[in-house]
Amino acid sequence: MADVIAAPGQLSGGGTQEQKNYLNETKGIASWLFTVDHKRIGIMYLWAVLASFFIGGVFALLVRLELLTPKETIMSAEAYNRVFTLHGAVMVFLFIIPSIPAALGNFVLPLMLGAKDVAFPRLNLASFWIYAIGAIFAVTAMVTGGVDTGWTFYTPYSTTTSGAVSTMTFAAFILGFSSIFTGINFIATIHKLRAPGMSWYKMPLFCWSMYATSIIQVLATPVLGITLLLLIMERAFQIGIFDAKLGGDPVLFQHFFWFYSHPAVYIMILPGMAIISEIIPVFSRKTIFGYKAIAFSSVAIALVGFFVWGHHMFVSGQSVLAGAIFSFLTFLVAIPSAIKVFNWLTTMYKGQISLKTPMLYALSFLLLFAIGGLTGVFLGALSVNVHLHDTYFVVAHFHYVMMGGTVIAFLGGLHYWWPKMFGRMFNERVGAIACALVFIGFNVTFLTQFVLGSQGMPRRYYNYLDQFQPLHAFSTFGSWILGLGLLIAAVNLFSTFRKKPDAPRNPWGAATLEWQTDTPPITHNFHHTPTIDHGPYDYFPGQRKHA
Amino acid sequence: MNWLRSVMLPAEGSSYAREVDTLYLFLVWLSVFFFVLIAGLMGWFVWRYRKSRSRGGPTPYITHHTGLELVWSVIPLLILIGIFFWGFHGFIKANVAPGDALEIQVTGKKWLWTFEYPNGTRSINSIHVPVGRPVKLVMSSEDVIHSFFIPSFRVKQDVLPNRYTELWFDPVKPGVHQVFCAEYCGKSHSDMMAKIYVDDQAAYEKWLEEGDEELKKMPLPELGKLIYETRGCNTCHSIDGTPGQGPSFKGIWGQQHKFADGSTAVVDANYIRKSVLEPQAQVRAGYEPIMPTFQGLLREREILAVIEYIKSLR
Ligand code: HEC
Ligand code: HEM
Ligand SMILES: [Cu+2]
Ligand SMILES: [Cu+2]
Repeated sequence: MADVIAAPGQLSGGGTQEQKNYLNETKGIASWLFTVDHKRIGIMYLWAVLASFFIGGVFALLVRLELLTPKETIMSAEAYNRVFTLHGAVMVFLFIIPSIPAALGNFVLPLMLGAKDVAFPRLNLASFWIYAIGAIFAVTAMVTGGVDTGWTFYTPYSTTTSGAVSTMTFAAFILGFSSIFTGINFIATIHKLRAPGMSWYKMPLFCWSMYATSIIQVLATPVLGITLLLLIMERAFQIGIFDAKLGGDPVLFQHFFWFYSHPAVYIMILPGMAIISEIIPVFSRKTIFGYKAIAFSSVAIALVGFFVWGHHMFVSGQSVLAGAIFSFLTFLVAIPSAIKVFNWLTTMYKGQISLKTPMLYALSFLLLFAIGGLTGVFLGALSVNVHLHDTYFVVAHFHYVMMGGTVIAFLGGLHYWWPKMFGRMFNERVGAIACALVFIGFNVTFLTQFVLGSQGMPRRYYNYLDQFQPLHAFSTFGSWILGLGLLIAAVNLFSTFRKKPDAPRNPWGAATLEWQTDTPPITHNFHHTPTIDHGPYDYFPGQRKHA
Repeated sequence: MNWLRSVMLPAEGSSYAREVDTLYLFLVWLSVFFFVLIAGLMGWFVWRYRKSRSRGGPTPYITHHTGLELVWSVIPLLILIGIFFWGFHGFIKANVAPGDALEIQVTGKKWLWTFEYPNGTRSINSIHVPVGRPVKLVMSSEDVIHSFFIPSFRVKQDVLPNRYTELWFDPVKPGVHQVFCAEYCGKSHSDMMAKIYVDDQAAYEKWLEEGDEELKKMPLPELGKLIYETRGCNTCHSIDGTPGQGPSFKGIWGQQHKFADGSTAVVDANYIRKSVLEPQAQVRAGYEPIMPTFQGLLREREILAVIEYIKSLR
């Protein structure tokens, strides 16, 4: 191996389109639907989550359009309540949770480890099929009456409202299993299938983050499953667990729900952080700063994240003592996130930074995630939370972390690995323009909402006081810029299929294993079992010895 | 920092609001500091260490720096612990009502708020309270969870169907304050609003005695419209002909209506009075018997006003 790994953009040509690879080795729809190849399963997941993202995005634009003016703009209150519920449910359960782990992670994790596949390839396929069945239930719920409970399904509203609540809840229940299966698979793969010589500390940080994510998926998702089943039973048989009229406790549902859903926000963000930890060193051509700090903060987030659920319930009637404990732990869990941000920043210090599209997304992530995290501190502070809870401030906060964080990282990762997945390079300039529009549109849409929320505008409002209109209108304009940016990014990526494969083996000059094999990879990933002779971020391999 | 406060936050209606705002504004400046730090370093590194400026050769191999990492873990930790205690201090205050507070019972119901005073006076979607005296609301819900949110007092509390929750505030000057429902509760969640009128002592007592002065001067149809909008009729009844939870008011005056028990009646003054006071007596065919009674909630003149208003909706 050469002593210096080529810099981003330094290699050109040399596509391996004529060779057999995982895309062209077998043909026909059945060869995809019944494949056990982690790469093909990843690609199927990719199309599925992108379709979900599109549907959820259309719902989002409708929500924003309705809010352009108070009272009715384009739809009735009932329709609005259904649309915002579907937006949230689709984005959370069908898009964000599977997006990075099941689509990108499935594709790259075994490659990064130097493995031939995940530990349980059939379980992996089962995960995809279960996802598809869950998605069918979700679509059924949408067309048979819709759901108007919000993605949080709070009781007793959800046990008493009409509509396809049980079908939608059942969909989320099923989707939970696909998530658990992915988690089990990744845990086993990381423990057992690392290439010879790849110690835990020589794993790319992506794998550490995925490991932490998987632990949460496996431990937390069953709680959601049970909760949703109880909800369905409550609706069908009035068993009296959550409905006060039947002697149940509606707040109990919130405890159960957030016991899963707070850890679930880390199921969403840890994979985003995973991608950023790969992109930043590659495009800075400098080894990652604070490898262990980043790795262990992922694990710390996963563990402490289980004990902060009550910060969603400070005004729910929970005791003052409980509120205090949850607030304190919430502040603790913010620290590992802060540590990561500082580590990524320091990695850039004295680097050789090239602003390719994936790096632009990574830099956007840093800025947006910082805002998301800092506003989380407002919400963790008890007295301020009381004012801001259930207002647009919360809406803005979680969009900064989920969209500004996870989705931006997903887009960065998609651009980063696209050449590896399909053997095709996208247009850099168009990619950069799309990223800029997304960044600007996102901030116009959501920065505004911090002001709205602080002024007292509650969330999930169809109608609002006239005084809020200018800011709402501004936010709606922002959503159009954002939508345009995403559209351009999509066109840029998909139009690569119109040309011949042109991507080199390692276009960005990365040092992790997925770039050492063919582009696109062969079905068995590597021609020979790779040996590990340098760390995942050693761009100048001689260095470690001298350092 | 007053400009920032007035841009970001609603006017302060209570002395407690000041404590929340001070912490909020501190957090804004703290966030601005850290954001500028992060963005500034990022921008500087991108510019200073851009590839076209490098002289080639390997980048330095810097794996970690224990001192630096301790600094950026411990300092934020200390700041956050400080913020925790600050927020906790206010939270305790918001949770412990003074013993001499005026107690008002609040009931949330899709989609209106009902208030009951110690002396039995009741009102819907608006309350009057005396300035300078703490007020404690003891709240419960008749159906799903609602949340009582008064932005200008910086207080909020969920209203639950199976237990009483409390919220208190100490209004400092006369004025009007907006109440929102902050927990999603269905179709008219966003219209489930109320107003809190903070009166001086004399005006407050007068209101308790005889109801609102302004309302008394208003012409009947106009008063009827106001009642329709502020007492919750509009959450169930439309005035444009579209049926909602209840029938629309448009053009019903003089119509012959059929009831669930098969009988019929013509919509006239007596019928409307009876519909408002004993809604369950004659339930229109095709509707659920869910209309609450307004017995004791609407004064005689207000019922007349509603009748005139419905009459005017031809
Ligand atoms: C919770 C929903 C609800 C609210 C609030 C409500 N109503 Fe009704 N109202 C109904 C329903 C349902 C009916 C039809 C069934 C019945 O006759 O009881 C009805 C019937 C009526 C009727 C008879 C209409 C007809 O076509 O025969 C009148 C008049 C009326 N309401 C007046 C009022 C007024 C005035 C208010 C406000 C002070 C009000 N309602 C508030 C639900 C409501
Ligand atoms: C610095 C770290 C963070 C802190 C301190 C924090 C704190 C909080 C708090 C206290 C709330 C409750 C607000 C309320 O409803 O009153 C909240 C809401 C929320 N947060 Fe965070 N958060 C952080 C990071 C994240 C991340 C990384 C994500 C997801 C990727 C996230 C997603 C959410 C979501 C989805 C909600 C609202 C859920 C709902 O009500 O629908 N947060 N956050
Ligand atoms: Cu949370
Ligand atoms: Cu509500």
